[in-house]
Amino acid sequence: MTMAVTSPRFRENARRALADAPLQQALAKMKAGFVDKRLRAVERLPEFDALRDLSRDIKDHVLVNLDHYLERFEARVVECGGEVHWCADAAEARDVILALCRSVDARSVTKSKSMIAEEIGINDHLEAHGIEPVETDLGEYIIQLAKEPPSHIIAPAVHKTRDQIADLFHASHAAYGITERRDDPRALLDDARQVLRRKYLAADVGLTGANFLIAETGSSVTVTNEGNAELTQILPKMHIVLASLEKVVPTLEDAMTILRVLARSATGQEFSSYTTFATGPRRADDADGPEAFHVVLLDNGRSGMLGTEFQDMLRCIRCGACLNHCPIYASVGGHAYGWVYPGPMGAVLTPKLIGIDLAGHLPNASTFCGMCESVCPMHIPLPKMMRHWREREFAQKLSPPRHRAGIALWAWFAERPALYRFAARLGVGVLGLIAGRRGRLKSLPGAGGWTVGRDFPAPEGRTFLDLWARRDGGGR
Amino acid sequence: MSGDARARILATIRDSLGADAPGRDESAVEARLAAHEPNLIPARARIDPGAQVDLFVEMAEEVSTTVARVAGADEVPGAVADYLATHNLPAVAKLAPDPGLDDIPWAERPTLTLSRGKAVDEDAVTITGAFAGIAETGTLMLLSGPDHPTTLNILPETHIVVLRREHIVGAYEEGWARLRAEGRGMPRTVGFVTGPSRSADIEQTILIGAHGPRRLHIVLIDGDGEETEA
Ligand code: SF4
Repeated sequence: MTMAVTSPRFRENARRALADAPLQQALAKMKAGFVDKRLRAVERLPEFDALRDLSRDIKDHVLVNLDHYLERFEARVVECGGEVHWCADAAEARDVILALCRSVDARSVTKSKSMIAEEIGINDHLEAHGIEPVETDLGEYIIQLAKEPPSHIIAPAVHKTRDQIADLFHASHAAYGITERRDDPRALLDDARQVLRRKYLAADVGLTGANFLIAETGSSVTVTNEGNAELTQILPKMHIVLASLEKVVPTLEDAMTILRVLARSATGQEFSSYTTFATGPRRADDADGPEAFHVVLLDNGRSGMLGTEFQDMLRCIRCGACLNHCPIYASVGGHAYGWVYPGPMGAVLTPKLIGIDLAGHLPNASTFCGMCESVCPMHIPLPKMMRHWREREFAQKLSPPRHRAGIALWAWFAERPALYRFAARLGVGVLGLIAGRRGRLKSLPGAGGWTVGRDFPAPEGRTFLDLWARRDGGGR
Repeated sequence: MSGDARARILATIRDSLGADAPGRDESAVEARLAAHEPNLIPARARIDPGAQVDLFVEMAEEVSTTVARVAGADEVPGAVADYLATHNLPAVAKLAPDPGLDDIPWAERPTLTLSRGKAVDEDAVTITGAFAGIAETGTLMLLSGPDHPTTLNILPETHIVVLRREHIVGAYEEGWARLRAEGRGMPRTVGFVTGPSRSADIEQTILIGAHGPRRLHIVLIDGDGEETEA
């Protein structure tokens, strides 16, 4: 579902999220689900940090040579019988995809999870033109039924409880002859498998994202656990890959290096179940596979990030680790961020993609605990970039007066004057001291609801308050 | 539209970077593509071949792949029939049209009904070969081609893979190196498969058997007559 932008209402969104019991119940499971598993996987691979450094270096090399690599990627795709469609913005990408679907008289399109597809809002566009988009990743399927946007970049339905999923399936699966309400996860998965199997077989076009594009071979790479990207691209007559520019890497070997940090950072797996390299349409003597292969290459403002203080963000491999480790994300979930990309990576990317006027204050949704940067497999300096946005937002004088006068570590925090004054008086250093070596505060006077059930991460380093004090001479 | 967008995007990239951005070097791009060096192979994968086979089995089993080790090709039909019987599955399978599987005496198990070709939705069980087994994560490397339609890997509920010991390598990069050495070019689909399909999208509980196979079973031809285990 295409998202209405609600980023400017982050504060209200966050407040609602904190009071949303099923959401809080779902978010409470994230530590065991992601954080602990990642740690175990990282500890098992002594070379993990060396691989992170290499991964960063590969992407840095690609970004300063991006035009060269994209030209070579395109040449290989064409050699293999495919086609590359360059699209400057979301509207161009939507038009190209619709035209491709129409060229094969498509009635339905299966889709494997793609954040770029959310970014361009392709589902609504196809639907408006009489083509049925079918999400096949179980999480995406759930939120498509719920008519909601994803709340996490790798676990789109992480905010949904089993009970809510049971209701959704019960309401929509009757059309497929499944009338019983079942709430056992196994039964829910089996029902979805049964319904989606027919959709895979009926689809005329399969639309996938890409975790990587390989310049050396013209391949696109998908990574899934469910096998849905594979069914999506193998069965229909046309495979469309929708990817943004910065997904390109030089060689197959370079992709393998980054893949070694991707699954471990994302889900704590050694490797995802399916990592699939797709190169062109089916060969003349192949018995299956798509007859046509198209890559829709989306810019949407990324080329303009090169050479700026936000270039490093283009190293992002969408692993979700920064979301999983963010205390703000863990408190309010992804929808509060109000657009496609939530959490720390979203706070940096969103202002760039939809404009600082709509999302310029998202970078305030941070405690500056530094967890996001410390777990990012691509060493992206997320807190530093959030500070860049804050500086820019000030430079543009976009902060509403109330916001400017009362701004604190983040908006929710700012709405509790007692806590705010307390924190402001103590200062960051003292908060850090109370937290001790663990860097967490067990309870904070006045923080009531916040510290029940979760530790409050102590701010580290220079906060926005410091910055503001330096700029405005410390006046309040 | 696309041609125009292409020129604009490339121009913006060049303008944004500036001609003398540090590290900007077209000859370095060519060199990197030509060399395609492995960057870092984890120590875990750099072990002797015997240990690689054991690591492969250990890692595969960790992700719910099952492995039966047999001494030679002649034991494969029995191992397949036993596996199907143990799981109450019908002894009917779609076999990959792979000449590499022709030395297996399938006819010695007349109860096993085999047909050959790509998979269709009705195929509950498929049997294929594998280009390589990657020890570091217990991963199969599967290449599409006339001998190995990709639907065989992804449509059935049960996928049985016949893997030869000599095709087990340490790291992914060794699989790519072997493919390059064969000089046959890039197949349409190269799949790295690590365990049966799974999903954790319902309350982050991992469930095996999402859209792809629910069971992934490897019959490993050990060759040197090592002990057999079920
Ligand atoms: S910013 Fe880093 S941690 Fe966050 S999604 Fe991107 S690569 Fe992963």
